[in-house]
Amino acid sequence: MSENPAQPMLDRRRLLFGAGALGAGAALAACTSNSPAESATTAATAATTAAAAAAGTPVTIGFSAPAADHGWIAAITTNAKSQAATFSDVTLEAVEGSNDVNQQISQVQTLIDKKVDALVILPFDGNALTEIGITAMEAGIPVINLDRIFASPRGSRTWIGGDNYGMGVAAGRYIGEQLKAKGVSAPVIGEVQGIANLQLTQERSKGFADALATFGFKVSRQVSAEFTVESGQKVTADLLQAAPKLDAVWNHDDDQGIGVLAAIDQAGRKEFFMVGGAGSRNAMDLIKADSGVLKCTVTYPPTMASSAINLARLVAQGNGMGDLVENEIPASITLASATVTKENVDKYLPLGFAS
Amino acid sequence: MSDAGVTGPTVAEGTVAEGTGAAEPPPGPVHEVVAAHPARSGLARGLRFADAGLVVVLVLLVVAGSVTSDAFLTGSNLRNILVSSSVIGVVTVGATLVIIGGGIDLSVGAIVALASVWATTLQTQSYGPVVMVLCAVLVGAGAGLVNGLLISYGRLVPFIATLAMLVAARGLAARMAENRTQLVTQDAIKRIATTDVLGVPALVLVLLATGLVGWFLLERTTFGRRLVAVGGNSEAARLAGIDVRRVTASLYVISGVCCGIAAVMIMARTTTGSSTHGSLYELDAIAAAIIGGTLLTGGRGTIVGALLGVLVFTTITNIFILNNLSTDVQNIAKGAIIVAAVLIQRRTGTRSSPAPT
Repeated sequence: MSENPAQPMLDRRRLLFGAGALGAGAALAACTSNSPAESATTAATAATTAAAAAAGTPVTIGFSAPAADHGWIAAITTNAKSQAATFSDVTLEAVEGSNDVNQQISQVQTLIDKKVDALVILPFDGNALTEIGITAMEAGIPVINLDRIFASPRGSRTWIGGDNYGMGVAAGRYIGEQLKAKGVSAPVIGEVQGIANLQLTQERSKGFADALATFGFKVSRQVSAEFTVESGQKVTADLLQAAPKLDAVWNHDDDQGIGVLAAIDQAGRKEFFMVGGAGSRNAMDLIKADSGVLKCTVTYPPTMASSAINLARLVAQGNGMGDLVENEIPASITLASATVTKENVDKYLPLGFAS
Repeated sequence: MSDAGVTGPTVAEGTVAEGTGAAEPPPGPVHEVVAAHPARSGLARGLRFADAGLVVVLVLLVVAGSVTSDAFLTGSNLRNILVSSSVIGVVTVGATLVIIGGGIDLSVGAIVALASVWATTLQTQSYGPVVMVLCAVLVGAGAGLVNGLLISYGRLVPFIATLAMLVAARGLAARMAENRTQLVTQDAIKRIATTDVLGVPALVLVLLATGLVGWFLLERTTFGRRLVAVGGNSEAARLAGIDVRRVTASLYVISGVCCGIAAVMIMARTTTGSSTHGSLYELDAIAAAIIGGTLLTGGRGTIVGALLGVLVFTTITNIFILNNLSTDVQNIAKGAIIVAAVLIQRRTGTRSSPAPT
């Protein structure tokens, strides 16, 4: 894999998207208002923080995330809002999502100036937001860094996020076990990545390859989409041509997975099984129905936003986590990627997010 | 219809539409301006010499594809290439007409997104597939009309007006969809992607029909002659009595309608409506038109050339995926191939077409 691929097309895309988000905000902010938290998946707050569940000192939590331009990020924002609404002692100051790092930096600066009690930040680009994270911490405001990690640990009190490598491992392990059980010796395994030059994509692919290697398998066909339904459909149509027979496919992202599945249906292919990624509601419904190629998805749960709000509240009120002995919350929390199949899907359905 | 059907005497042949130094109005009472092409038989005119260069590129790609992958030259893969070309092809037809008419439409991808979202809201879907199709086409036409009015009557530069539409339409699409992917529940729409008519995929037929209508409009109607004249030199066209503003506005409506049709096709292909659909279509469509021999400054271009351009791009992507090459390599090679295609095409074009007058 090349380290730092130059991709002018993607840069331009990002630029156009950024411009789109900006203009949309400007044009529409005046005439519409966001209806408050739609059907969000409120994470069932497990009994772990029982000690701190009772209402404490009222705190204000600032929240900043990228523009909700696809299902997963949209779920992050709605989850944060609905989780905050479950606490009578929490006021959430959520700023409008932005894919422009400059804008996000100034938004966070505004929250710092307002002297919020804690910040939850999912940066559009972790490196670019590190400095403002440090500024907040030095101003005495604890920062919960959500998912995309800052360049320096000084930028945050606690990092909480998903495990991309672990997600790949979970997918690889499931596929390996299934194929082993079927007695397939030299399987043809396809992989549909998200945006190829993102670090998270490379980590997922590495985990996938590493896990497959333990079974003596490897990825035969790899294509990359762009996390959108349309791109998923396009590249999969070509992938299916390239591989007339497949044994298994891992698709990194359930949002683009709708397109991947459409391409598979249109080609009339059903000789293989597919594993999804992220854990959308739609994917879980399909796994439960067990009627197509999708048999499993490995989660990258947007409920982490709900947990981040809990952490921000705990730290702002000076509490530790109920089930841990320490007086402080941990400095970093990596969420495990769950393997959701027909057998356990009911447990995860309430956490599935709408694509 | 044939050339004879064109109204008015064709006195101005060769004087106006070349667009170089033709600032003087043609002498005498001119009712009609005719493009600078000598009358040729239909197909020969569609397939100009300039297109031959692109055909060469396409043949080279086919050879490269068959040599590097056994899966390339199969019926199902060629079919796959055509179907993959269909959506962006329909958009390209409209975008090419706009460019020939001296404009540019940067909003095509965003209009596709907006139309796909509008046509897949729960409410629209409740009225059934026919209304969904109408809705998509009307939204496309409406957005195109806004572009057209802003440019022709509001005197906005096309680049600015359509850039604003790009931004606003995507924003509106995202707002309407509440950033969700809207699933198509009407099976009739989904079936468009899997239906064959006489062994040809319905989506490819839609592309053929759109291309044919576009070609006919451009090469065989008064409107086509007018738009070439406007693209070549709008001031001369105006002095020659052409209602430049009306022609310009109509072009953007046509482009919008193409986007609406493409939106239905993408709804069928992906079984969804989404504000992320059609991303970068503006660049793909413009690139296809340009390597297809359309002048970015207007006044010259062909539908056949633009569609060949689309085929070249889709074939490149297909070959790369068949050969398991990564996206970075794809993009590098794509850029190189664009330049190569234009160079080859320009050579073929200059060598074999002594300027006709």
